[in-house]
Amino acid sequence: MALLEVNHLDVRFALRQGEVRALRDVNFTLERGERLGIVGESGAGKSVAAFSLLNLIAKPGFIAGGEIRFDGQALTKMSERGLRKIRGNRISMIFQDPMMTLNPVLSIGEQMIECLKAHRRISRREARSIALDRLKQVQIPSPEKRLDQYPHELSGGMRQRIIIAIALLLDPDIIVADEPTTALDVTIQAEIMALLLSLCETHNVALILITHDLGVVSQVTQRMLVMYAGRVIEQGPTREIINDPQHPYTQGLLNALPQMATPGEKLNQIRGSMPSLNALPSGCAFHPRCDFTHRSDGTARPACVEQVPEFVISGQCRVACHMVAEMLEDRRMKEEAQ
Amino acid sequence: MSTSTTTTPSRWERFRDSYLWYSFKRDRTAQLCLAVFACLVVAAFCAPLLAPTDPYDLRHIDILDSELPPFWIDGFDERYTLGTDAQGRDLWSIILYGTRVSLLIGFGAVILQALIGVTFGLMAGYLGGRIDAFLMRLADIQLSFSTLMVAIVVGAVVKSTLGSAFYSEYAVVMLILIIGLAEWPQYARTVRASVLAERGKEYVDAARVMGLRSKRIMFRHVLPNTLSPIFVISTVQIANAIISEAALSFLGLGMPETHPSLGSLIKAGFDYIQSGSWWITLIPGAVLVVLVLSINLLGDWLRDVMNPRLYKG
Amino acid sequence: MIAFLIKRLMHAVLVMFVISVLAFAIQDNLGDPVQQMVGQSVPESERAALRERLGLNDPFLVQYGRFAKNALQGDFGYSYFYREPALEVIARHLPATLELVFAATLLIVLLSVPIGVYSAIKPRSPISRFFMGVSIIGISIPVFLTAIVLIQIFAIGINVTLFPQDISWGAWLNATLSTQGSMPSFGRGHDLVHVVGHWDTNLASWDGIRHLVLPAISLASIMLPLFIRLIRAEMMEVMQSEYVKYARAKGISMRRVYFVHALKNTMLPVITVGGVQIGTMVAYTILTETVFQWPGMGLMFLDAINRADIPLIVTYLMVVGVIFVVTNTVVDLIYGLVNPTVKLTGKPA
Repeated sequence: MALLEVNHLDVRFALRQGEVRALRDVNFTLERGERLGIVGESGAGKSVAAFSLLNLIAKPGFIAGGEIRFDGQALTKMSERGLRKIRGNRISMIFQDPMMTLNPVLSIGEQMIECLKAHRRISRREARSIALDRLKQVQIPSPEKRLDQYPHELSGGMRQRIIIAIALLLDPDIIVADEPTTALDVTIQAEIMALLLSLCETHNVALILITHDLGVVSQVTQRMLVMYAGRVIEQGPTREIINDPQHPYTQGLLNALPQMATPGEKLNQIRGSMPSLNALPSGCAFHPRCDFTHRSDGTARPACVEQVPEFVISGQCRVACHMVAEMLEDRRMKEEAQ
Repeated sequence: MSTSTTTTPSRWERFRDSYLWYSFKRDRTAQLCLAVFACLVVAAFCAPLLAPTDPYDLRHIDILDSELPPFWIDGFDERYTLGTDAQGRDLWSIILYGTRVSLLIGFGAVILQALIGVTFGLMAGYLGGRIDAFLMRLADIQLSFSTLMVAIVVGAVVKSTLGSAFYSEYAVVMLILIIGLAEWPQYARTVRASVLAERGKEYVDAARVMGLRSKRIMFRHVLPNTLSPIFVISTVQIANAIISEAALSFLGLGMPETHPSLGSLIKAGFDYIQSGSWWITLIPGAVLVVLVLSINLLGDWLRDVMNPRLYKG
Repeated sequence: MIAFLIKRLMHAVLVMFVISVLAFAIQDNLGDPVQQMVGQSVPESERAALRERLGLNDPFLVQYGRFAKNALQGDFGYSYFYREPALEVIARHLPATLELVFAATLLIVLLSVPIGVYSAIKPRSPISRFFMGVSIIGISIPVFLTAIVLIQIFAIGINVTLFPQDISWGAWLNATLSTQGSMPSFGRGHDLVHVVGHWDTNLASWDGIRHLVLPAISLASIMLPLFIRLIRAEMMEVMQSEYVKYARAKGISMRRVYFVHALKNTMLPVITVGGVQIGTMVAYTILTETVFQWPGMGLMFLDAINRADIPLIVTYLMVVGVIFVVTNTVVDLIYGLVNPTVKLTGKPA
């Protein structure tokens, strides 16, 4: 049994204009100690996916359907009280911007100790020594001093180290990290990422890494999901997807990486931008931006416009694309003919 | 020229098309408040047509008719629907005229506040430096004394200097000046804040690069973009000005009893509340509350609709 | 800390200087002490001599210097009406006003925090909607009108005959809605307990407290809804912040999220606004004291205006200025203690 299992997760936002579907039919599993990447442009629903795991989506968002099973328990059916025992304890989170994540009026020590005391019956002194130990693990200089400091006295990189320390406080099973390095200076991004990775390995913690950086995902994770407009469009082993992306969108993302460009030429962009969730195109949401669906006369293929693509299995990956499905079908026919 | 004429209306139209009008159509409270407010304004400014008697004309007043109760209480007189005050004036007529005075001072004071405050706010926000520091420190001190306190002190001093008779004669002008001068910091601060926010944006740089003078940039380019916060606080300020006027009049620093506003009617009636004639003070009081409440609710609604922090796409 | 205090002190001195110049200008333009000191019958030559002796012909700055020097020594001149030192008159009226402000502040703090927090946490509950509705009505009723209505209901009493008296529910409704009107609405009462100096307190006897109830409610009636709405708005904004989301993600109890994480941040702007509102509160004491004939500084000030008692007016302004400066400094200090990002050097880090 997988540590975490997400089946047909469906998240909606009840807005004035009507319901907007932020996540549709998201499925994935996570094994103990595994590292999973979730990739996509901003607005694809990556963060919503992360927050819905612990039912932390802000109103007016809500989980409209599907199931999240963690260690055999259905989180989607659990009471707020039950969820609270898991939050920060067995599944902890790292937020995007360390400047905004820590409460400005509470000391670092206070914010660490309260987390320990919420989940364990221990004295303040014990809690403090655990907090100190974790601060040492995240290699913060003079950790003793930090406990009494306030967030504004620390740099962004230090704050993110502290947030990693808080995430590790209670030896969780899973850490969900939502763009943990995006808000940091480029120079320390790699450092923080390496720290997070090594701590996850030494503590055998599973990691869900949400990012738009394909480079980081390819280095850190074993499996990945590519999301587009609230839907997973390709998922499978990271190496396989990076080496041989099937979905035109994934191909576009990889081609857009600066390393893929020829020096002196323009970067390869995916044209257009992600549609807003309340005005999704019909059929495959990606079809207006897809280079492959358009035929010589400029019109898109009818299947892409009319039908939402089903998942097809390609190698160890699952891909939601009509073109890939046809191609695989062709290949199968040819193989049969031979 | 062309840029300014296209930016101003397009912003307004964007509000109307997208959200302001849409929200108004759906909000019952806002509709009701606007209706009540409009009725009061129309009734007040048509007072000479609607009022059965002219309360300023002493010939129509008979002291024998004083303290008559309104129509639902035994002993009322058919000529006076809402009863009469202590001087025998028809309460309905005097309330209509009094509302007119209150509204006149409220609007006048807010226009004056806005003129001073917007000018100072633009100067402080756009020119910065010493002018900014001086104006904002002035605003701080004045605000920390509270606008009502400043108005009371200025009113007291002006009244003592010029004498009661002169003050009473020009009370409307005096009150507009006093309340206008006391409340300008609200506008100045709001405008300054939005100017500082706007100043960082590219279009102001662009205008400067094009060689436009700072005065022109301020009034033609920055001001139109600070209109929505100005509009929102104006509603609240009208309500505040009307309350301030009532308070000053209640303290005897405002409209004289011969030419009363709602505040001086309440003051005049208060002397008779112990003798049981509560209507002389409480009916004008109720009108004042309904007037201020409708403006405040409209202001609340406007703030909810226009506040960019609350309204996200 | 010391740097902060020095900076505050310099600010305070500057504000007091501005106030004293204004106050002196008022006195200089309005008061003619000679007129007050001698009768109409004294010949002009003698008046001129007196004027010269009193230094009234000196340049403005010299006169201001003398005024400031006297003021620093606590000499603000004599009240025309009371025929005694103006500061003495103020000192006699000060305790009544301070007790009224204290009672009203107590009401505001005790009620606005729980109601504001509740209606921020549960913005859609009927109770929150009720409080929001009441508070906007509260803001729209001027203080003096609240006071008058309270007097009518609780001091004079109302006799409701709206419902048919011959039907049992009508009679019951009439009786329930009618009030006795036994609350005192005039002055401080006679059952005051002497504390020290000029200070007789209302707070130590049942009759004293009964006299305090209506004025205190009136004085609190505009600030209370203002603070409820402010606390609600700030709290709702804080609840949207990343750090509150993060606190929830840590699995700590909602009670701790609300009352430690959110409330502490909510109170920062509330404290600032509270400092500004002290001035408004003093202005409202003038109105409240007028309605209830509460013998405090506000009523005294209004009487002084009507009697053109210039030295008393000027002294009142100076004393109120001192009160503002002191309270604002205290509020700044509290703010600095609550908010760790303000180092008490006066410079935000």
